Amino acid sequence: MTILVIAEHENGAVAPATLNTVAAAAKIGGDIHVLVSGQNVGGVAEAAAKIAGVAKVLVADNAAYAHQLPENVAPLVAELGKGYSHVLAPATSNGKNILPRVAALLDVDQISEIISVESADTFKRPIYAGNAIATVQSNAAVKVITVRSTGFDAVAAEGGSAAVEAVAAAHDAGKSAFVGEELAKSDRPELTAAKIVVSGGRGMQNGDNFKHLYALADKLGAAVGASRAAVDAGFVPNDMQVGQTGKIVAPQLYIAVGISGAIQHLAGMKDSKVIVAINKDEEAPIFQVADYGLVADLFEAIPELEKLV
Amino acid sequence: MKVLVAVKRVVDYNVKVRVKADNSGVDLANVKMSMNPFCEIAVEEAVRLKEKGVASEIVVVTVGPATAQEQLRTALALGADRAVLVESAEELTSLAVAKLLKAVVDKEQPQLVILGKQAIDSDNNQTGQMLAALSGFAQGTFASKVEVAGDKVNVTREIDGGLQTVALNLPAIVTTDLRLNEPRYASLPNIMKAKKKPLETVTPDALGVSTASTNKTLKVEAPAARSAGIKVKSVAELVEKLKNEAKVI
Repeated sequence: MTILVIAEHENGAVAPATLNTVAAAAKIGGDIHVLVSGQNVGGVAEAAAKIAGVAKVLVADNAAYAHQLPENVAPLVAELGKGYSHVLAPATSNGKNILPRVAALLDVDQISEIISVESADTFKRPIYAGNAIATVQSNAAVKVITVRSTGFDAVAAEGGSAAVEAVAAAHDAGKSAFVGEELAKSDRPELTAAKIVVSGGRGMQNGDNFKHLYALADKLGAAVGASRAAVDAGFVPNDMQVGQTGKIVAPQLYIAVGISGAIQHLAGMKDSKVIVAINKDEEAPIFQVADYGLVADLFEAIPELEKLV
Repeated sequence: MKVLVAVKRVVDYNVKVRVKADNSGVDLANVKMSMNPFCEIAVEEAVRLKEKGVASEIVVVTVGPATAQEQLRTALALGADRAVLVESAEELTSLAVAKLLKAVVDKEQPQLVILGKQAIDSDNNQTGQMLAALSGFAQGTFASKVEVAGDKVNVTREIDGGLQTVALNLPAIVTTDLRLNEPRYASLPNIMKAKKKPLETVTPDALGVSTASTNKTLKVEAPAARSAGIKVKSVAELVEKLKNEAKVI
């Protein structure tokens, strides 16, 4: 059994979600190979070769893969994937974009967002916004799977010494082109990797009021997230959304501020170790999942909390 | 140009589902069913393209049981011109659905296919990408903006780091994210008119598609419940608990 893990990388570095995906591969068992595709990704491949437990790194360095366009990357992964028992990718926006296309090219069903490995062919995954957990078995020759990062503790980024091998295949479907991107710039930790997350909801009333959360987050070394309601209202950008269809987080501490606790939001954060809810409505459903609930006006409680931590 | 919109009948997003006692699935008896919210956004986007004069005809398709006609009629009331039901009582995987939709795409020859990015029941987030692969089309997933320009469509996508814009050759596949638009409500006259719009029913066999699956669901369980927490009376008490009891700050 040999498993191909699709590396996620950004700005020349291996993204943390790759390490959780390698951890899932290690649970399945067998040799682990990592595919790094992109342009000028030699540095990423070297970093990937150091990941604990990785036996080989395949590098597809080509302009066609520069922006991970699925029309170009999926045929590459499908071609390489044929020789593997499993193809795994992190369930990031990039992994979700590419992997189903790979599965269809291989004519197999995909298993999305696994949270545990029961055996080499059986996995658990949440359905219905995490209100049910399905155990799914695959008899596909190549098992194509996306991995929810919060389900697996990351393997060490250092300690391995895998061989690095170039892949010649260049697929340029010529059907799509990268036009541009607007990426959020922040000095705070990345939402899905942060140990502490402070999130705001509709109760924040406007985007400007998020400054109270940023101040608290900076004191705690935390990332800042938001509920769908806050994003839909235009308070903050989409990359901050935590929930069923946004980012899934499971930090040590999650502080929900002015968030009522819709099912869709809970789906994105209920695996956090400790949950704090601050809301002036004592009937808010968020209190049903909170370890510590504080019924208070957030505009008084947050500045006070910032002073005391 | 012709736009094809694929929709799915799912448990209404307000319903809190319960797992069946025998762990065979979730209990769907007497539960309110609706069009998947992301599919409503897909229908709305197609209707807006038609209102702008970009789309000439909107065909809505679903793969599902006979009762999924309700969701097709909803789409017709919102502005779709005609509907296709690929009738299957079985619960199909995303790949099987994508294969059935591919057969409909071959027949209808749309320039643009719009789908929701994921269904809120299976949470798979696969069908649009799979249909793109099978059709050999480009894909713009998780779209927050769609602009057709000549023989291309520019799609702004919601990605983990922010927004990305890609230019896709037509025909292309678009899957919708939440911020693409706010779906309208169907008016009563339009609901009445929708009853007279054409709705064709086909079967997977007639389309010549095998819906065999490589996946099998062994069981469905309720998630582990969080134990009930406590209410603290003040910010000071909260900080004390976080420091000394939970030890997380």
